Amino acid sequence: MMGPGIITKQAGAGGARRMTTSPAALIAAFALALVAFKPMLPAGLIRLPEGMVVPFADWINAVFDFLRDDLGMTQLTRWVASGVEAALDVTANLLYGRNRWPHLGAIPWVVIALTVGMAGYVLRGWKLAALTGGTFVWIAVMGQWKWAMETLSVIVVATPISVALGLGLGILGWRHGWFEKLLNPVLNVAQSLPHFAYMIPVVVFVGVGPKSGAIVTIIFSVPPMIRMTMLGLRRVSPEIIESGLMSGANRLQLMTRVRLPAARTEILVGINQVIMQSLAMVVLASFIGMPGLGQKLLQLLQALKIGLSFEIGVTIVLLAIALDRLSKAWSLHQPDHPEPSAGWARRNRMFLWWIGLVIGGFLLAHVIPYFHVVERGQALSLASPIDAAVNALIDLVKPLTEWLRWFLITWLLIPLRNGMLWLPYSAVLLALAAIGWRIGGLRSAVICLAFFVPIALSGWWDRAMITIYTICTAVALALLVGVPLGIWAARNQGRATRMLLLCDTFQTFPSFIYLIPVIMLFGVNDVAVVAAVIVFATVPLVRYTVEGLQGVPPETVEAAQMSGATSRQILWSVRMPLALPTFMIGLNQSVMFALFMVIIAAFIGTQDLGQEMQRALSSTDVGKGLVLGFAVAFIGLMVDHLLMRWSATRKAMLSL
Amino acid sequence: MKYTALLSGSAAALVFAAPLAWAADASDPITIPTHNWSSQIVMSHIVGRMFEELGNNVEYVSSDSQTVYESIRLGDVALEVEVWEGAFGAAFRAAVEKGGIHDAATQQAVTREDWWYPLWTKEACPGLPDWKALNDCAAKFATPETGDKGRFLGGPVDWLKHDAEKVEALGMNFTVVNAGSAAALWAELAAAEKDKKPIVLFNWTPNFAEAVWPGEFVEFPAWQDGCDKDPAVGPMPDKVYDCGNPANGYLKIAAWDGMKEKWPTAYGVLTKVTFTNAQIAEMAKLVDVDGMEPEDAAGTWMEANEAVWKPWLQ
Repeated sequence: MMGPGIITKQAGAGGARRMTTSPAALIAAFALALVAFKPMLPAGLIRLPEGMVVPFADWINAVFDFLRDDLGMTQLTRWVASGVEAALDVTANLLYGRNRWPHLGAIPWVVIALTVGMAGYVLRGWKLAALTGGTFVWIAVMGQWKWAMETLSVIVVATPISVALGLGLGILGWRHGWFEKLLNPVLNVAQSLPHFAYMIPVVVFVGVGPKSGAIVTIIFSVPPMIRMTMLGLRRVSPEIIESGLMSGANRLQLMTRVRLPAARTEILVGINQVIMQSLAMVVLASFIGMPGLGQKLLQLLQALKIGLSFEIGVTIVLLAIALDRLSKAWSLHQPDHPEPSAGWARRNRMFLWWIGLVIGGFLLAHVIPYFHVVERGQALSLASPIDAAVNALIDLVKPLTEWLRWFLITWLLIPLRNGMLWLPYSAVLLALAAIGWRIGGLRSAVICLAFFVPIALSGWWDRAMITIYTICTAVALALLVGVPLGIWAARNQGRATRMLLLCDTFQTFPSFIYLIPVIMLFGVNDVAVVAAVIVFATVPLVRYTVEGLQGVPPETVEAAQMSGATSRQILWSVRMPLALPTFMIGLNQSVMFALFMVIIAAFIGTQDLGQEMQRALSSTDVGKGLVLGFAVAFIGLMVDHLLMRWSATRKAMLSL
Repeated sequence: MKYTALLSGSAAALVFAAPLAWAADASDPITIPTHNWSSQIVMSHIVGRMFEELGNNVEYVSSDSQTVYESIRLGDVALEVEVWEGAFGAAFRAAVEKGGIHDAATQQAVTREDWWYPLWTKEACPGLPDWKALNDCAAKFATPETGDKGRFLGGPVDWLKHDAEKVEALGMNFTVVNAGSAAALWAELAAAEKDKKPIVLFNWTPNFAEAVWPGEFVEFPAWQDGCDKDPAVGPMPDKVYDCGNPANGYLKIAAWDGMKEKWPTAYGVLTKVTFTNAQIAEMAKLVDVDGMEPEDAAGTWMEANEAVWKPWLQ
């Protein structure tokens, strides 16, 4: 996405070239006229008059007050939450020995490490066993066991609830067209709403603590599960259903025995997404009381302990990768059906092995306490070498960043920001309508306005413009980094795999940690904010460039080679155009990631929607938080609509 | 965990054996909120352990330091051990007005929050801590984003510190840039330390940063009541905020209204709790400088300072 000013000019030029008066060009010309004659415009066209600002926040607060005080919704939500809490108590007792029913005390770490290692072995083999088992050994040896188990005790409860909820809603959506129609916009908004926005209502209705952490995690992780369930059920081939019907299955049997197993792959991808999203929430959910790694991380950062927080970041990444690979292996693992004639012990060989290992683990932990709990004094730490490395790196690049900071601030960021704030809102709205029309006709123009007019009406226009300016700058700079990196990585398979692993790492590494070095390099200003957003926004660009280029059919490339194209020609004239639709998904994701990150970057210091969101959270102002959240979501949804629409047209042109 | 269970078990036995002077406390756990700075976590654990000595069950829950007052009001958590006048006074007062929470005790410690600089800054600007001297060397604090004006790095906007008003009222040649979190303040400070660059930023006491970076507060015209409302108060006759922040803000303990009935013994002890600046700084130092875990730091501090807290249990 570019600045509206630039786009206005392009659209205008395009219109002039074709010498037709397409509506898009006409609207763009209007927008341009508004910009050109700004000094003569009435104030009401430059900024929305105070009197026209709609008090959305007050309305939302009134609704919430009604729900809470008059309908007594809190009793219901708290009753539901107490159910979640009961489950959390059990996992808390088993995983880190919290004094709750069933009072069995913490399971020794060796037993858990052996169990997940075994799961890896059964599902894939030794390599996966080493990854999953090794992750838990790392956690124990680094002295992070209790925090990690506090985190997992919540995730272990939240994930099954998310999966069940997602399956239920997904089946309903698949069965009833009207429900899906209702569900889709809700899911779209839910997936682009910043986390802080729905954390505020959770504080009001549920309170703080592990249960709130679990509930926020469920809310955040359920949408992909719903989508994947609907997708999977829709893809089940009619032949399979017919064979089910022929064997006399009733409706329930047809669902549980035929449809769901046939949709297994998609459903397991959904479960995988649920796990990933849950881990992404670990740090943010600690703002409302989720215990464990996230809470510890924030506390360490508060005391500027980069090395120790980096260790926690590594743990979160390892957990994410281990659980991701484990659940992926599970989705690819075909259930094997051993000969029924074989003996019980033979059929359950792996189970017996596991029982043996668990008993061995318990005995070992009983004899040597180190294998039960690694005490604080026994834990290893890489904190000092990491601190030294970060310091050395900062010293090394500081001279360069000092100059870069001055250059970007003076010549790029301040002029751009002032320009964005200078634009009359009326011109911006018209320009967006013009872009919409150009890409998707009247319908897209109306959609663009439907997303942006409420932002103007909400009275947060200037803040929204600053958010947009940050995102545009960051995504533009991320394109400069990400696309060449992606092209370079796609040139051979090994490099591509390593690059994708790097992408996974950056995506799951808690962003709060690299905010600190970024501030140390650039100071508290827009350069630091943009830099932090770039790190995050580059990831999807690299990923989808690699995947897009690799997805180009080899026959097409061969055909081009045979007709004598040079490798440069193949890249720019054959592979890039074919990879473009995939790449556009990457760009879309990049904007989404940037929107998430720009909210987090409020912790550096911004003057945008994110800063106000932070204030809304600290004053538990539900209405304000949701209005700001919707503003951010609408920016994202508009970009999503435009890019996807453009990409669909493009795909149709290439007849892919 | 086994240890604490044992401890609370035996303590509970003690309470039952002793003549019941007070009505017995409920067996539900007393939930104590912890935030993301060390002294608060250590102090919460110290108070929690004192409750455990009385035979109560105690639980800790991490929460945001501003939203916590809403949680106390609703009884989700029982108390808050560090209510800073400057940082949380507004949220606390707002919650008190809504009802459900009250002021249980005021600690001996005084809190101060104001413009502050690390000692190396004095080399570039020898007239410090006087604010006029600071203003004279404003150019030394200039950054690309503030042009030729000096930069004052303020705390997050929601801390409501009125720094910009102060700059305006005193006619200072500074621009206020707000950091988004305390961590951002420390990151800037650590970066400035590398090449001993002059920096002036928002800071407070008691705080671990004092132990890591020695420094001083800027001396503004002293705070007088009404300086924030009445233009006549303070050196500038037509301005408000023409003064420093109060040098002795309160540090209170807040409690849920229902705590008194539910855990009368624990509540009675809580009202006696009071720490000094030096004690709080020590708690922070054990964690932030010595690298202990907050739970262990609480134990260490209690062992070393039995004379301080034992009498509160009587």
